[in-house]
Amino acid sequence: MELTNEQLERYSRHILLQDVGVEGQEKLASGKVLVVGAGGLGAPAALYLAAAGIGTIGILDHDHVEVSNLQRQVIHFTKDIGVSKVKSAEEKMKAINPDVVVKTYEDYLCANNIRNIITEYDFVLDGVDNFPTKFLINDACVMEGIPFSHGGILRFDGQTMTVVPGESTCYRCIFRKPPPPDAVPTCSQAGVLGAIAGMLGTIQAAETLKYITGVGDLLTDTLLSFDAKKMTFRRVPLNRQSNCPVCGDNPTITELFDTEQTTCDLK
Amino acid sequence: MNILVNGQKQILEEVSVSVAQLLDLNKVESPDMVSVQRNGDFVDREHFGSTVLAENDEIEFLYFMGGGANINV
Repeated sequence: MELTNEQLERYSRHILLQDVGVEGQEKLASGKVLVVGAGGLGAPAALYLAAAGIGTIGILDHDHVEVSNLQRQVIHFTKDIGVSKVKSAEEKMKAINPDVVVKTYEDYLCANNIRNIITEYDFVLDGVDNFPTKFLINDACVMEGIPFSHGGILRFDGQTMTVVPGESTCYRCIFRKPPPPDAVPTCSQAGVLGAIAGMLGTIQAAETLKYITGVGDLLTDTLLSFDAKKMTFRRVPLNRQSNCPVCGDNPTITELFDTEQTTCDLK
Repeated sequence: MNILVNGQKQILEEVSVSVAQLLDLNKVESPDMVSVQRNGDFVDREHFGSTVLAENDEIEFLYFMGGGANINV
């Protein structure tokens, strides 16, 4: 994909980076990324991915913008209350960067539709808050060999890991199955500091850009977590587990399935 | 017994401490929300009670963390 003069100007701060250059920017322009969830994590991530000139960005969310979202979901504005989140997000991404093709999915993600959606993309950014969907994204991405970024936030804490299927530790290596519904502290009960969503979502966006351009070392086989109260960051090294039910030597999960919903109701 | 928990040294007075007891000693409110890594391997949840710690064990408590958008299955 040849960059125009206007694009060379727009992306000049990327192109100045030796590791990126024109070649890296062209990779971004050919890149296809799916952002699952236009919420706390997806909002900052989608803005940076659009600004960075990712060629095609898919955004999936079934929800509409509510006033309580605006404290952290920075892609949605006060005027958008009541508007579909994917439409609101599309408008902002196109406004930042008309080069970007945005595909919107105003839908739920389930075992029946996830393969068809994710296989159109090079990388998936998981910005969802409920565990059954996180496991579904993990399993589908492992089965289809599509790398993804896991992200989670709660109160003042965040965690993220990048998964390259077949090479690195997957989400199910660490967490075998979703926690029981009554054990889950929800964001609406526990709260979250708005900027935490930005911190974590932009780490996920940076991982996405690194994957697409091939720059640096991905956050694989490592769970990065931070505690913003103390502003401490910690990397926990992980090993791919040979007995993992989905990416291990003898997988027992070979088909996708929907589990009972455990939702973090952000209303 | 000296062990490392999330990178921090802990000295345990008791001779025999299980993973379940360690979670308790560390006042982990919801053990269901924690995955435990011991010296690089994950301890099966069913074995939290029967897995006894050894000197210089390196333990990591990894918490389930959702956040982001409310996308239902």
